[in-house]
Amino acid sequence: MKYTVAEKIFNAHRVDMPFEDTHVLKLDAVFCHEITTPIAITDLQARGMDRVFDPDKIKAVIDHVTPAKDSKTAEQGKILRDWAKRHGIKDFFDIGRNGVCHAIFPEKGFVRPGYTIIMGDSHTCTHGAFGAFAAGVGTTDLEVGILKGVCAFHSPKTIKILLNGKLKPGVFAKDAILYVIKELTVNGATNMVMEFTGSVVDEMSMEARMTLCNMAIEAGGTCGICYPDMTTVEYLWDYIKDEFESKEAALKEYSKWISDEGATYEKVFEFDLSNLEPMVTFGFKPDQVKTVREMSGTIINQIYIGSCTNGRIEDLRVAAQILKGRKISDDVRGIVSPATPAIYSQALKEGIIEIFQDAGFCVTNPTCGACLGMSNGVLASGESCASTTNRNFNGRMGKGGMVHLMSPATAAASAIEGRIANSELFDKGM
Amino acid sequence: MKTFSGKVLFLDRSDINTDEIIPAKYLTEITKEALKPYILEDLILEGFDPKKDIKDKAVIITRENFGCGSSREHAPWALEVNNINVVIAESFARIFRQNMYNCGMFAIELPKDKIDYLFGTYAKKDVTLTVEVDRDKIIVECEGKSEEIDFKVGEFDKTLVKEGGWVGYADKKY
Repeated sequence: MKYTVAEKIFNAHRVDMPFEDTHVLKLDAVFCHEITTPIAITDLQARGMDRVFDPDKIKAVIDHVTPAKDSKTAEQGKILRDWAKRHGIKDFFDIGRNGVCHAIFPEKGFVRPGYTIIMGDSHTCTHGAFGAFAAGVGTTDLEVGILKGVCAFHSPKTIKILLNGKLKPGVFAKDAILYVIKELTVNGATNMVMEFTGSVVDEMSMEARMTLCNMAIEAGGTCGICYPDMTTVEYLWDYIKDEFESKEAALKEYSKWISDEGATYEKVFEFDLSNLEPMVTFGFKPDQVKTVREMSGTIINQIYIGSCTNGRIEDLRVAAQILKGRKISDDVRGIVSPATPAIYSQALKEGIIEIFQDAGFCVTNPTCGACLGMSNGVLASGESCASTTNRNFNGRMGKGGMVHLMSPATAAASAIEGRIANSELFDKGM
Repeated sequence: MKTFSGKVLFLDRSDINTDEIIPAKYLTEITKEALKPYILEDLILEGFDPKKDIKDKAVIITRENFGCGSSREHAPWALEVNNINVVIAESFARIFRQNMYNCGMFAIELPKDKIDYLFGTYAKKDVTLTVEVDRDKIIVECEGKSEEIDFKVGEFDKTLVKEGGWVGYADKKY
């Protein structure tokens, strides 16, 4: 039999098949944050089941509203904090050490090729960038994950997405994934794994692959997956060097998690991205996508650079390259949120934070806050935001607000213009 | 015991997302009951008024990809505390659908022609719908007449509804 990566991971983790097309998998990691986990904790307590399957395999962070903004969010943090302490969960990241979950967990080396991971957060699909099967789940699935270390899934039907060619300068992973979602639609990958491969993916850094996989859910996908390669090994090396004699040995082991030639796919899409332009969304659905050129001139009120999609060091570097020595328009508010403390420190060292500040940006602590209108940058009704996040639903960043999803380069260029604009990085590459 | 019967709310749109069902700003609530007033607050649908149109409804019939977006189980909970325990659609987003069954609620998929028929025949009328779990039948009652429609859900999903959810089942079994 020939298998896809996801099928191989399922075969290696299946503990039960209670019914046809129902696979109960053993989990290698359960990730938790303070929005969806506290209700799971209080429910487990109410059931007299306040237990965890393995405190070392549970990782927790306070990231959505931090520092707490009111008594309710303070209570959510407290429930998670007390629970982590009570059960000896060592990898708990509280304020001062916390960052956006899908940035900080991979950065800490918690994601490995071949892993099964769940989290009560739909963007858990991000971690497939490492050749893992990682899926967002609701609170009940999370509860069972915490309690038993298992989760049930249907058979992992897979869509193969070949990204061929070479991206032009000024065109990034975000533009590629917005284009893919436009082509597949918001329902195009529902109940399916999206396997990304091809020369464009081969050349991508782990950060860029995380951007790609992060938005799989916006096409309905269960998980995005990239094959592990030397880029994956290099990213993880500090965490795995005691397990392997050499990087080549690690690569050999991880190569288990590559789809077999001749594996069965539900669909195969092939896109040549050599002529792809920077992309941006225009409506309330992530598949409503146009080129930046077509949308250029659209007035914006706020720019947000951050999130689990595009708050990593590479993203900040690109934006800073455009902002250096420039000022953002007087008509806009600029907010940048480095996704983790390590990214923040690195940006400080490289002078990137200073560039943002000199340009007129407000620099916030690492948090998810603004992306879903919970804190740190909520829009007023009728306002619009140029945002490097992943979701443009009605009211997402504030009731009555509009969100235009785009790359950090486009966001930085748009901040300077006060309206949606292509970055000079792209113009030079035309 | 949840009831799977009552008046129908027709939502004639595809891709109704979790943020429309319950906006993120209410995710700071830590009881399900607190979500009750905010259901479908941000729904974009002409003529829909969440304050008036939800009242007395127990079933939603809608189009494709209902519940797309976030993993928040607050979406089914917001329905549950408003006594809506059944959603019938052409298709569902994966996480939302699983959350419904994990909570012991019904997310029933019907083919497009059946959904079109239900909208075409009943959308403007006062309709009561009942899900008969053991017979795999939906019974639609309207203006003194009734008809039956077959549906299929997987054995796993059915078991979750019967057992009252996934937590108790998994704790016994794994």
